[in-house]
Amino acid sequence: MNFLSKENGLLSWLLTGDHKRIAMLYLISITFFFFIGGALAGLIRLELLTPQADLMATDTYNKVFTMHGVIMIFFFLVPSVPATIGNFLIPMMVGAKDLALPKINLLSWYLYIAAGMLALYTMITGGVDTGWTFTTPLSTHYVNTNVLTTGLAVFIAGFSSIFTGLNFIVTIHKMRCPGMTWFKLPLFVWSNYAASILMVLGTPVLAITIVLIALERTIGIGVFDPTKGGDPVLFQHLFWFYSHPAVYIMILPGMGVISEVISTFSRKRVFGYTAVAFSSVAIAVFGFFVWAHHMFIMGISNYSVIVFSLLTMLVAVPSAIKIFNWTFTLYKGSITFETPMLYAFGFMGLFTIGGMTGVFLGTTGTDIHLTETYFIVAHFHFVMVGGMLMAFLSGVHFWWPKMTGRMYPEKISQLAAVVTFIGFNFTFFPQFILGTLGMPRRYASYPPEFQVLNVFSTAGASILGVGYLLPVLYLTWSLKYGEIAGNNPWQATGLEWQTQSPPLTENFPVTPVMDHDVYDYEWLEGQKAKEVASVG
Amino acid sequence: MSDSPAITHGAPQAEGHAHAAHPPYLRHHFESVEQQADTTNFAMWLFLLTEIMFFGGLFTAYLIYRNWYYPAFVAASHQLNIFWGTLNTLVLITSSFTMAMGVWCAETRKRSGLVLCLILTFVLGLGFLGIKTIEYSEKIEKHHVPGFHYSLNSFLNPDSDPAAKAAGDKPLPLDMARHTEVYFSLYFAMTGMHALHMIIGISILGYMIFRARAGAYTTGHVTFVENFGLYWHFVDIVWIFLFPLLYLISRHQ
Repeated sequence: MNFLSKENGLLSWLLTGDHKRIAMLYLISITFFFFIGGALAGLIRLELLTPQADLMATDTYNKVFTMHGVIMIFFFLVPSVPATIGNFLIPMMVGAKDLALPKINLLSWYLYIAAGMLALYTMITGGVDTGWTFTTPLSTHYVNTNVLTTGLAVFIAGFSSIFTGLNFIVTIHKMRCPGMTWFKLPLFVWSNYAASILMVLGTPVLAITIVLIALERTIGIGVFDPTKGGDPVLFQHLFWFYSHPAVYIMILPGMGVISEVISTFSRKRVFGYTAVAFSSVAIAVFGFFVWAHHMFIMGISNYSVIVFSLLTMLVAVPSAIKIFNWTFTLYKGSITFETPMLYAFGFMGLFTIGGMTGVFLGTTGTDIHLTETYFIVAHFHFVMVGGMLMAFLSGVHFWWPKMTGRMYPEKISQLAAVVTFIGFNFTFFPQFILGTLGMPRRYASYPPEFQVLNVFSTAGASILGVGYLLPVLYLTWSLKYGEIAGNNPWQATGLEWQTQSPPLTENFPVTPVMDHDVYDYEWLEGQKAKEVASVG
Repeated sequence: MSDSPAITHGAPQAEGHAHAAHPPYLRHHFESVEQQADTTNFAMWLFLLTEIMFFGGLFTAYLIYRNWYYPAFVAASHQLNIFWGTLNTLVLITSSFTMAMGVWCAETRKRSGLVLCLILTFVLGLGFLGIKTIEYSEKIEKHHVPGFHYSLNSFLNPDSDPAAKAAGDKPLPLDMARHTEVYFSLYFAMTGMHALHMIIGISILGYMIFRARAGAYTTGHVTFVENFGLYWHFVDIVWIFLFPLLYLISRHQ
């Protein structure tokens, strides 16, 4: 008996309050949206295969890249790790029976689905072409596409995200089992806590910004309208006040996954546990004070530019603390190369490149040269695809045995990890070069001298596509044919591994007591010895 | 075992740990009633924090534009009706009082008192919206709603407008007069968002009145009433900030 086999009617899933079932619902939904967004990315790369705008009209291209951005950011990246892996694991990691507010958790999924359907409806009925940034006055005055429905979709998805974040914070504060002090929490919990703070504080600002855009489009109020004395730069401030922290909402939970995976497959406590935990919080705090680095060329004052440039570079410090500590965790560890670990290595390399190029862009002089070029696109995708998506896949593989009770096939999944890594680099590395050469983003056509690198990029994207399709196939296959995993296939120390796989609806047969330290592999050996003694 | 009996089906207490000693409203994933009340309360405070950030965007916009277009903000604020504004503030503060009394009634298990308090809060909330409608229609008549039919007449010719004349307004230069539209944009966005929160609150109050008459909140389990009370007071406090910012602070210049 487990949470999957308990009841099997459709209603028992659609009306469930079980965080694990809601996580599964989320996993299926975000995978669906990932492939929609991925198909749009495929169209973009196909169009850019040749210098002319020949596959689609230029305004169609604008819609395609806008919808790619909207779907990937609001319907995949923001909910990816928190709503799936986080939803499944955070209650188990803190030793609780469920998230604090199960109904709100289910509501969050329904809001997500409603928003997603609205976004798809928008796409089918003509799409939107403002870019995912909804830049005013373009979005309020000059386009005739579906800004309102897209805005509403993002608004609703925002509430879904607020509810997830709120639920996590409350759960981590109030639902910890006996003995589970703050510094015994797994780092995955810490990083999701930090991301939740950003969700709860940042998302409402995006909500009010969208409301103001909607009011400006419909009844014609003038908060952002320069003809009435409003200021479009204020829109930029409000929008990026959410949308910059949003990238930390996306990356922080991924960093949590990497901490767990690196520790487990090096058989060592994470080096500098406290520093890594606090670096998550530091990223969340600094993350709120760097938004104007998106606006260096938008006419903000020179003093703001200097301050925001400095603050931007400060964010690199906690990120670097994480990378260094993971590296020191590997040092003298007994490392094995299972699939989650391969993805984690991919994350470390690609995130470092993505993060370092972020520092280039935080430097004002370089930014003014590189902004709005493919360098930005490459930087963002190194962090989000190379970083976040790798972390997501790492996490899905790592906890797959816990979620489903079955192992994924090891050899082919290692192959998929390598294919993804190669495909990724082929796709996005050329874009750094294109950006420095001056190729602008968001155009369907480009000068012929950029074609070679664009062909590389498109070829890489097809390899990357294979890399993403493979896990869907073999993970689905493994649901029926995978080896039975057992409770703790990786010999990991987290509380979630000390219960059965898949877990009971109530997670643990009795409320656990955290009587050992976090990442304590000696304790785990002791437990095993005890079991052997009691059996034999 | 279902997590939340209200939304799942089947036999909610057929298995799992012993529920016999627990009151029926204790959801199964909590260890104790105290933990449950503490948790939902904390969640409500966090939700109110998101609400602060939501209104914070509007207050930021107000702060900036008031600094930039000070004369326009002064002239435009003379157009607001201070009598209705003050009356509305009184109505809203009274509704907060009746709500607080309602929470007390729920805590002390006085069913009829609770129902009465909720009905009073409901009526006062509707009264607030009614007065707001009167104010909005004044603005519509004078073409002070931003957008298509906005008229600068009151600010270019203050003598033709009784409110502006009474305040002794001087004519604004055209450039500054046009910025009164920003003031009214903010006025409608801020009071409109506040009114939306009132409408949501009043709808929930309607539901609560029925539940309270059935005795749902006078069993000792008062979290829902308490948390709704927090929401209602929050909406009240937003108005306590809006009223001086929009009606009062620029008035006597």
